[in-house]
Amino acid sequence: MTTGKIFTREQRTTIIYGILCIVLLLVVIQLWLLTATMNAFLGGDQAIAFPTLLASAFCLALNLGLLRYVYTIERPQA
Amino acid sequence: MARRDFTKFLILTSFAFTTGQLWILAKSWAAPSKQQLPGVQIASVNQLAVGNSLVFAYPGEHDKCVLTRLDSDTFVAYSQACTHLSCAVIPEPEKGRLYCPCHEGAFDIASGNPIAGPPRRPLPRIKLDFQDGAIFAVGVAQPTA
Ligand code: FES
Repeated sequence: MTTGKIFTREQRTTIIYGILCIVLLLVVIQLWLLTATMNAFLGGDQAIAFPTLLASAFCLALNLGLLRYVYTIERPQA
Repeated sequence: MARRDFTKFLILTSFAFTTGQLWILAKSWAAPSKQQLPGVQIASVNQLAVGNSLVFAYPGEHDKCVLTRLDSDTFVAYSQACTHLSCAVIPEPEKGRLYCPCHEGAFDIASGNPIAGPPRRPLPRIKLDFQDGAIFAVGVAQPTA
């Protein structure tokens, strides 16, 4: 993964805000998935529980990857 | 750093949502299979006058169902959990419906099909059997719509 060294301070700020937006979007998608799954589950429809879990886990994996990137980019420079 | 902390907070939320999904999946897997259910006596024919209802538990002790006598020969039984958000439905045979007070939902009492409000799926119907004047619950018919 690319290190923070090749970016200027302004570039880093822009990248981090971009990542924050994506993470926020993914979390909102997960909230929507959870609400829809809970709704269906309470209505007796259990078929969508597994596919939505996969989708949610995929979003979490993306988020973890992005968090790792944020750490890399914000690491104090030597 | 604030931005990093905020990202961590969001990822924690993301983790909590995934855990919630996992919990729902575990709950749905833990639900008993409705394929082969034992027969359980729930009432006797004489016990229920026409137009009256009786709440019973089937197949599990927390699965509330409601049995209604529509006329001298017709008994119907449904799961009491509304197919919208699981509130308990109330039989109103005089109006030909089962009414859900949570969001003004209603189901046709003869078929279990939704007729008003937010529910879109019929109530699961409890299969009944009659032996020597006793009424048995013998299975749950899964809604098809
Ligand atoms: S829970 Fe029955 S109408 Fe909403």
